[in-house]
Amino acid sequence: MNIQLILFFILAAIAAVTSVMMITRKNAVLSAVFLVLNFFSLAGLYLLLNAQFIAVAQVIVYAGAIMVLFLFVLMLLNTDTEHKLFIDKKAIKFFAILVSIFVFVQLAFLIFKSNPSRTLTPDEEASINAGTIQSIGHMLYTDYIIPFEVAGFLLLAATIGALVLAKKKFE
Amino acid sequence: MSNVPMEYYLILSAFMFCVGVAGVLIRRNAIVVFMCIELMLNSANLTLVTFSSYLGNSIGQVFVFFVMTVAAAEAAVGLAIIIAMFRNKMTVNIDEINIFKW
Repeated sequence: MNIQLILFFILAAIAAVTSVMMITRKNAVLSAVFLVLNFFSLAGLYLLLNAQFIAVAQVIVYAGAIMVLFLFVLMLLNTDTEHKLFIDKKAIKFFAILVSIFVFVQLAFLIFKSNPSRTLTPDEEASINAGTIQSIGHMLYTDYIIPFEVAGFLLLAATIGALVLAKKKFE
Repeated sequence: MSNVPMEYYLILSAFMFCVGVAGVLIRRNAIVVFMCIELMLNSANLTLVTFSSYLGNSIGQVFVFFVMTVAAAEAAVGLAIIIAMFRNKMTVNIDEINIFKW
């Protein structure tokens, strides 16, 4: 057992448990808090994968910005009808779990069948180099400049759209 | 990094995706359904970062950057839609928000 494997198992256990806790809590605010924990453990996994920039962006954008937005909306809307919202129909629950297990079995079968670590020989040096903000920024401003501009425009459109939708009354 | 087999990350990602699918199907609170969608986006991000890291190629991380942008835009617009719905219907239960059905 080396330190990386131990760290992976700890972070993966946190990520798996918090994702399950998130969908089973009746209180929506608790769900949001578990999702924040899940995002933090994912940021740790990104660091383990030498993706420093993505790890920092994960904490700032997801845990910082998006989840604060979610919590803000949760507190704006009333949550006292929360227990009635939680589904009690056994059939739908059973069906949902069946579907997700089916999807998981398919994905696991594909992963073990293709066995990607057999053909890939990981290169620690190249991996560290790929995760730096320098190489990602170089990619963004050369090969992916048009998607980058489109993403900026998408954010502008989303800002205007959110303003229009959440306005007092829209005609 | 190279001490952890790549399949471990992919299996974790698949598991989180399936939990997100189950959450979308089980939960009736529109905001929690949105959070489950964020969970699924994150599991896809984990797969992209895993492949990017093991290939030593930063294109996967550039894609994660774009996914984060789209997720932020989606969360802003989606929550605005939920607020507008709540103003009309006074509920966030997705079983009662069926205004496209007649």
